[in-house]
Formats: sequence, C-alpha cells, structure tokens
Amino acid sequence: MDIDSSQARMAAFLRDHQDKIVGRWSELVVAGVRGRSSVVEARSELEDIYSLVVAVMSSLGEQARVELRAVLTEFSQSRARSGFTPSETALGLFSLKEAVFEQIADSAEFLPEFIAFSRLIDDLGLYTFESYATARERIITDQATSMLELSTPVVRLWDGIIAVPLVGMLDSARTQLVMEKLLETLVATGADHAVLDITGVPTVDTEVAQHLLKTVNAARLLGAECTVSGIRPQVAQTIVSLGIEFGDIATKATLADALAHALARAGLKVGPA
Amino acid sequence: MDRVPILKIGATLFVSIQIDLQDETVIRLQEDLAEELVATHATGVIIDITAVEIVDSFIGRMLTMIGSISRLFDAETVLVGMRPAVAITLTELGLSLRGVRTALNAEKGLALLSGSS
Repeated sequence: MDIDSSQARMAAFLRDHQDKIVGRWSELVVAGVRGRSSVVEARSELEDIYSLVVAVMSSLGEQARVELRAVLTEFSQSRARSGFTPSETALGLFSLKEAVFEQIADSAEFLPEFIAFSRLIDDLGLYTFESYATARERIITDQATSMLELSTPVVRLWDGIIAVPLVGMLDSARTQLVMEKLLETLVATGADHAVLDITGVPTVDTEVAQHLLKTVNAARLLGAECTVSGIRPQVAQTIVSLGIEFGDIATKATLADALAHALARAGLKVGPA
Repeated sequence: MDRVPILKIGATLFVSIQIDLQDETVIRLQEDLAEELVATHATGVIIDITAVEIVDSFIGRMLTMIGSISRLFDAETVLVGMRPAVAITLTELGLSLRGVRTALNAEKGLALLSGSS
C-alpha cells in the first residue's frame, strides 16, 4: 500500500464522516479556548479548513495546498489579534487529530492512513504557529511605532509658551523624538518658553536626567527658556540622593506653577477678571 | 576665500552667515569682527545662522570664542535663527555655547540686546 492511495482512502473516510468529525472538532476547539467563541462560530470557521484539508488529502494539487495555507494564515492572524495564546491557536488544529482518531479507533486497519493524515496536520500546525508568531510580531512593531507617535504631543499653553507632557519611560530614542518635535515647534511658533512636564515619567534616574538636560540645552541654543515641571516628592528625593544637578534650569512642582513662571517671564500677569 | 559681511545697524553689528561655514571663513570672521568692534564701538553683535545647516565642534567652539572676544569689547553676542538639527548636533557634541546668548530670530535678538543695554 503506497502513501498516495492511503491518503486517498483517508480523504474518502474524512469526506464520509465530515459531519461527525467537524462537530466533535468544534466542541474540542471551543473547550480549548474556554468558551471564548461559540460552537456555531467555530464550526463555520473550521468547516472551511476541514474541506481544504480533505482536498489536500485527495491530492488535488498545489492549488488546494496554497488555499489551505492562506486560510490558516487568516485563521492564526485573527487568533493573534483577538488575544488567544499560541497553544490555543495550535491546539485548534491539533484537536482535529483527536476528533478523527475517535472516529477511526474502532477500525484498526486505518492505521497507515491515520499516520499520513497525522503528518499533514503536524505540518499545518507548525505553519499555524509560525503565522501566529509573525502576526504577533507585526502587532508589536505597529504598536511600538504608534506609541512613539502618540506619546509625544507638543501643546501650546499661551502665546509664546509651549508644553511637552511626557508620559512613560524616557529612553534615548524617545528623547530624540521629543527633542526634534519640541525644537521644530519652537521654530514654527516662535515660542520662547517651553515647559517639560514629567508628571507621567515613572522614574527619574541619571539617564533620564541626562536626556532632560540635553533637551533643555538644545532649546536654549534656539533661544528658548525651558522649565521642568511635574516633579513628584519621590522623584525629588531620588534626584537629590542620586546627586543629579539640574544647574540653572528652573524646576517646578506642577504644570500650573511652570505656566505662572513662564507668564511672569513673558511679563504677563493673570488676575481676577 | 568667502568672506562674511558685517553690517552696522545703530550700536549693533549684524552678521548674517549665508554660506556653509569653512574653518578659515570662521577664523576670518572672528578677526574682522574684532576689528569692526574696535572701529565702531558697537555694544551688541547679532550672528544670524538661519542658513547654516552643518556645524562641527570647531565651528561651535569658534562661536563661543566670538562671544568671549566681543565681551572684551563690552559687546554682547546673540546667536539667532539656529535650526533644530544644528541645535541637536551641538548638544550631542556637548557644546552648550556658554557666554553666548541665543534667540529664535533676528527680531527677538535685537529686542534682547536693547532690553539688556
């Protein structure tokens, strides 16, 4: 008995028992993801995959193989996006083996067919896993990029006064971006006072302080004065115990204090109307 | 060799650098400026670097030196119109141009000089 004919026999078996196997498979998949999708939902998705697996088993040529891979890519990408774990995704495919085995267990003569089938499913499972990982990686890179863009707004507080609310860790890549955006805004708006608000920066160590000083120095070269605001009590303690010197850079507790300072420097006064 | 013109406006000397700075050009400018300061008794110097796109550590140091020289003649130096990229480069080089005041544009530079005198 050669492999081709055993595959064909397996394909015939799968076609005959389609309803039972897909039903059992859907149940297993839904149990595997702890009820995050319904049996009906899973079934419609799995039926597509199942018929393509059968087509591949009946050696319908490259076409079916390519189609099956495309469907599986789609399947694992949607899983990755909706936050399923890698094993939940791979199990989705591997549980087909279990479903088929339950049908086949009674008839021992199907063993070689089952082995061929099992090999195919293993291949497909690995493929699913691979596309899952690729999808995940793409999501991560996309998020990192959009985070970087989202996290560095430069806002105008007053005529000639702009502020940069910094949220999240400051690393060199972000400092570079913040610096570029701040300087460009200074030039574009002709503002001569900038406030760096570090309320959202979780920790300030020597590296972060170094980055802040760099930004302030660059702004100074353009002729703008910089104030650092949003220094929390714990952060102040860290700064002092690390021996970080902010030199002649004005530091304020809150953004409001920094704005008042900037207004005073610009010769403006806020009073009751 | 390129020369940078020095214009006298009131008690201020105005230097607008429109060319890519070569080392010799900056040294020449430094000499010219010192002579001009003596001749005109100017109290302020404005150096406009709006058109300068490339700086290196040598030019950065020369700018600081121009500031120090002007101070010897009791004139204040204001560097105006620095591009963001130039500012980032100078910061990365560790040059903060101490002794030289900076302003966003020539107008603000003039206001700074008239305010301080």
